[in-house]
Amino acid sequence: MNIEKFSYDNRPVKWFAYATIFWGVIGFVAGLWAAIALYFPAINLDWAPTTFGRMRPVHTNAVIFAFVGNGIFMGVYYSLQRLVKARMFSDVLSKIHFWGWQLIIVFGALTLWMGYTTGKEYAELEWPLDIAITLVWVIFGINMFGTIIKRRERHIYVAIWFYIATWVTVAMLHIVNSIELPINFMKSYSWYAGVQDALVQWWYGHNAVAFFLTTPYLGLMYYFLPKAANRPVYSYRLSIIHFWALIFIYIWAGPHHLLYSALPDWAQSLGVVFSVMLIAPSWGGMINGLFTLRGAWDRVREDVVLKFMVVAITAYGMATFEGPMLSLKNVNAISHFTDWTIAHVHVGALGWNGFLTFGVLYWLIPKMFRTELHSKGLANAHFWLGTLGIVFYAIPMYWAGFTQSLNWKTFTPEGTLQYSFLDTVNMLLPMYQLRSLGGLLYLTGAILMVLNIYKTVKKGSFVAEEEAEAPALAPYETHNGEHWHRVIERKPIQMLVLSLVVVALGGLIEMIPTFLVKTNIPTISSVKPYTPLELHGRDIYVAEGCYTCHSQMVRPFRDEVKRYGDYSKAGEFVYDHPFQWGSKRTGPDLARVGGKYNNAWHFNHMYEPTSTSEGSIMPRYPWLFTKGIDIRRTPDMIRAMQTMDVPYDVDYANRATEDLEAQAKVIADDLKSNEGIRQILEVEGVSNLQHSKIVALIAYLQRIGTDIKKVPANALPEN
Amino acid sequence: MKFITYLKTIDSVTIYPLVTLALFVLFFFVVILWVSKANKNYIENAKNIPLND
Repeated sequence: MNIEKFSYDNRPVKWFAYATIFWGVIGFVAGLWAAIALYFPAINLDWAPTTFGRMRPVHTNAVIFAFVGNGIFMGVYYSLQRLVKARMFSDVLSKIHFWGWQLIIVFGALTLWMGYTTGKEYAELEWPLDIAITLVWVIFGINMFGTIIKRRERHIYVAIWFYIATWVTVAMLHIVNSIELPINFMKSYSWYAGVQDALVQWWYGHNAVAFFLTTPYLGLMYYFLPKAANRPVYSYRLSIIHFWALIFIYIWAGPHHLLYSALPDWAQSLGVVFSVMLIAPSWGGMINGLFTLRGAWDRVREDVVLKFMVVAITAYGMATFEGPMLSLKNVNAISHFTDWTIAHVHVGALGWNGFLTFGVLYWLIPKMFRTELHSKGLANAHFWLGTLGIVFYAIPMYWAGFTQSLNWKTFTPEGTLQYSFLDTVNMLLPMYQLRSLGGLLYLTGAILMVLNIYKTVKKGSFVAEEEAEAPALAPYETHNGEHWHRVIERKPIQMLVLSLVVVALGGLIEMIPTFLVKTNIPTISSVKPYTPLELHGRDIYVAEGCYTCHSQMVRPFRDEVKRYGDYSKAGEFVYDHPFQWGSKRTGPDLARVGGKYNNAWHFNHMYEPTSTSEGSIMPRYPWLFTKGIDIRRTPDMIRAMQTMDVPYDVDYANRATEDLEAQAKVIADDLKSNEGIRQILEVEGVSNLQHSKIVALIAYLQRIGTDIKKVPANALPEN
Repeated sequence: MKFITYLKTIDSVTIYPLVTLALFVLFFFVVILWVSKANKNYIENAKNIPLND
């Protein structure tokens, strides 16, 4: 047998490990900042980049794509080489992959802080960065498949199947959801509108959880847990079923984010059915992980790596039990738009992703640096701080979720709503404070880890090239009667194609009919395209991240119709590029806010929210008064909308600026007729109110949800 | 809008969901069958790959 000598490249593993630690801390700090902003809005320092609406996307993107993303690559670059007994395909590609990804993160954070966003959750980055992500992802793919192809191990271990499915599905999700029409260097509009945009976005959003936060980490679990426990996985047979069932079912579940919304009923039902089925493969995976430790539970007491992994897998089990429950329509009616969802995702993110990453780091760093961990005591302290952090995070958020939802739905015996929205917000503040304590504990634990790993790295010596040897792969002799599944297992490209077919099916079956609906959508003749000034206002609404706290979707519930007005219809959103339904109501729904208050109210509310709404936790937006809109952009905006079939008159782009000026003048004059507002304008030194952002935003807010009020209720479609 | 409106426009549409369901069930049936019948040595070998580096 011809034994070949080669070496594993540990350098990219080390870089990605450092990056996941660095971005983890940044992401946790951003999260803590956003958490504090909810009971102490002044933390935004009256500065746009630090408001909740911008910090929240920075937090979610940093945690998902920077912390977990780098964690995935760290784990893949280490385990893949060893599982296939080959060095990474190309050292240069590893380097490009690493630096490319970090550059995307840096520019992503900067642009989000600057207010450049597509307004679609977890896909906020603007189009140049979307292209950069695609390129770096392709480089990662070439490097990964190149390595698999030159392998010295015939069988492709199940962890690698998860990596392959991750790669192909994320590529598909990212490309389909990012189809957008740029109007300049950092601004684009989603190609899809309204209901379709919502469906594509949540097909993406849900599967970002599935194929970025789950499948790659399951791959890591299938490699690092057996390594840390020094025993093989409980059942390899189960892992095969786990894999196929998970990727088959996960992709269908997206619509459970849109229950009771204006999405067609059949799509909602599909989402529910597949979400409930998901519990089987998810728990199959959890059981497989926990049972791997059978007979070794005594070691969990001693070994901090196993402690982190056990809590991670348990958190995975809890979150994947809760997920299907939240998808049931009766549960969702309570949980949706509340902090319950926030609790749910943080059990997953802090518990599953966070703790698995920490476990892998504590195992990997000493190994690559040929030394022992600097301090087991510190690592144990990290474990307990982290666990307490999760508890202090999750419990107040569950409590807040129930409190919020039940109070929203409480009626007096006379049939009026018992609580104003603000009443329900103010009840939650103690819970928000406790939650940020949880976040602080978790962050403190992570800082202990930084210290511990720093000390470990200092005392060890890094093995950049780890020598290894293995027999060359002999040409495979096929024999008659070989099983088809083994053929797939030998061939990574076939595995890729089959995974793609499996995941594409779910997406296509949900999307094609919804897109066909476009021609037959229950049109509402009174729903018209936005005016140019309203379009500018809508851009500001998106840029400031208003959707992170306000929904625009009145569900057909008694309390919501009473509180906000008529429930939302699919036909109302046909010109919304992107849709802005939101997913959380920290503030009230805005789907019917148009015409509810006068212009002066909105002006004062943005200038000092507590002046109109006592006890409001919305931050001030002083820059909206002093900064202007870019009027020169108007014709391009109209042309972009026309490209996407928004029915403006053919030559409207040339006339749009005139209309904008006229509408802005009416609003500005109305505002200036108010004595209090005149004083504010003087104090702030606002000379050009007509072209200010606040006027555009007010124009948009006054328009939202008003079109259908122009027709009698019995002339409206049912949904 | 009822989904049925669009489905009604397709000829013999009733067979579609049945075919899909059949394929789905068949796929899992075959995977489970294969997994349960797979050679023990083969499975053991695959299972131990992470521990053999």
